[in-house]
Amino acid sequence: MVKRVLVLLALLGLAVGARYNLGTPISEELVAQYDLRPAVLPDGRGLPPGEGKVEEGERIYAEKCASCHGARGEGYPFNRLVAEPFPITKDTEPAEFAIGNYWQYATTLYDYIRRAMPFGAAGTLTNEEVYHLVAFLLYMNGIIDAHEPINQKTLPQVKMPARELLELDPETKRRFPWLTLP
Amino acid sequence: MDRRKFFRLLGAGGLFGLLKAKAQTLPWDEDTFAPMKTLGAPLSEYGQRSPFEEGVVRYISPNLRTRHSGADFAPLEKLEGVITPNGLHFERHHGGVPQVDPAKYRLVIHGMVERPLVFTLEDLKRFPSVTRTYFIECAGNGQNGYRNPPDPQLTATRSRGLASNASWTGVPLALLLKEAGVKPEAKWLIPEGMDAAAYTRSLPLEKAMEDVLVAYAQNGEALRPEQGYPVRLVVPGWEGSIQVKWLRRILVTDLPAMAKDETSEYTDVMADGKVWAFTWIMDPESIITYPSGLQQIKPGFHEIRGLAWSGYGRITKVEISFDEGKTWRQATLEPPVERYAFVRFKMPWHWDGKEVVLWSRAWDEKGNTQPTREEFFKKWGRNNRYHYNAIQAWRILPDGRVVNGDRPLGQQAFGPMGGCGGEVFDG
Repeated sequence: MVKRVLVLLALLGLAVGARYNLGTPISEELVAQYDLRPAVLPDGRGLPPGEGKVEEGERIYAEKCASCHGARGEGYPFNRLVAEPFPITKDTEPAEFAIGNYWQYATTLYDYIRRAMPFGAAGTLTNEEVYHLVAFLLYMNGIIDAHEPINQKTLPQVKMPARELLELDPETKRRFPWLTLP
Repeated sequence: MDRRKFFRLLGAGGLFGLLKAKAQTLPWDEDTFAPMKTLGAPLSEYGQRSPFEEGVVRYISPNLRTRHSGADFAPLEKLEGVITPNGLHFERHHGGVPQVDPAKYRLVIHGMVERPLVFTLEDLKRFPSVTRTYFIECAGNGQNGYRNPPDPQLTATRSRGLASNASWTGVPLALLLKEAGVKPEAKWLIPEGMDAAAYTRSLPLEKAMEDVLVAYAQNGEALRPEQGYPVRLVVPGWEGSIQVKWLRRILVTDLPAMAKDETSEYTDVMADGKVWAFTWIMDPESIITYPSGLQQIKPGFHEIRGLAWSGYGRITKVEISFDEGKTWRQATLEPPVERYAFVRFKMPWHWDGKEVVLWSRAWDEKGNTQPTREEFFKKWGRNNRYHYNAIQAWRILPDGRVVNGDRPLGQQAFGPMGGCGGEVFDG
């Protein structure tokens, strides 16, 4: 009888909580080593220490970004980074979608530059350099003043004009009623 | 003519002339028999298609500014059945196709989990496996439909070829998440690729627990590099851009990342000027692949053929109209009709040689169907870049040439060059 109950419990365990014991547990330290380009969340999690300054960003931009995005972010051969109007309207052509008029979260800028820029040399910028570039690009788009420091605390607080246009797809809302946009 | 004269004539090559005249009317020539006269090719370790088929290739737009970030199109009108051959599956990547050594491959699941885990490819293959046929469609599929006036040179490939369909084998992501033990506060997954773009997106945990696959095989063989070798996500019915390739890491967390490719791209500008985020589910689509743009047909019998699919589930019917939507006839669906997969539709048809416009529209199990162009633009913005699923029209001209039959929408030209497929827009 006891044996039968034990077998039953074992089977139940397999059906409900079963694990296959495949994969190797790793420490948070090892995870941090593996996490080469951490995701930056809209609340600022994932942002490293450091601070960005507009004038430093201008120098780095000229050296590492301008050849693709234009001397002042006007674009060509690749995407525009600065464009009117702020924010976009339904009549704005997608070629004019840029950071200041279309991106809805300032944290995305840090995440993306550290993750994927410069194109073809991703991962070569230091955390500090990324902060400088973020500060310069926010300044060029008229989002911050020249002397506003950009860091872990301030960046998630920066409001982007296009955020007010952003809504959740109604079908997504219907399927995931708990889901809200940050 | 007397008999002697007749034989002299023959001697002077008359018979040869007669035979030659006859040979020209034969429905074959000597080359038809050529393969029977010599030994064919020997066994080979990896089969290649016939050299005569080398023209069946993906379409790469000449307008792309780089081939390291962009998309190319599956040649839909040159394929039969529903499975896209691996070498012709459409591509979209953001930093080139990485070459990954499967022995060095690792997948890490971390964040809001009881046990952060690292998996090798061998670990993943030891889990119980699932094989399912699913379409993958770029959110930008149909992008040429945004062009006004419509492009007269449009083909089925350039209309809807940013979609493909394959049999995917992998481990359900739910099994890996259970293995790591997801904490109750977790709501989101941030999968990351090991390409130069370290591409990330945000995926709600619920969908992952439902049907997302961590896939390592495509139509029976290992994934092709451009499809994420050795491991990618397959997210049934959802836009291709969330189905992260070269999957290296999944962060389990309580917020979406609002990554670049779910904010500055893959967001939709609607007709009222609002911008929609997380437009994940792909609306129903259909495309007549025969007869279709730039093909030429003769009067007489034809089987109209096409493909249909929907991110809402199963296709329930496909209808074809010969009078721009006034009346509709139901096409035959070729079984099996699977959820989130291409289905082949067919209709026997006799073309009488008169000019005619063909439309097709798909219906899915949730009752969704495709809008006309006019209806589509009442909801979606004219400067939007994604999710175009309006009915594609093909016009058969009296000489049998097939051209784009879409109607212009007013005088205003829109849809500048560029875009992920290089066809429209600057993206």
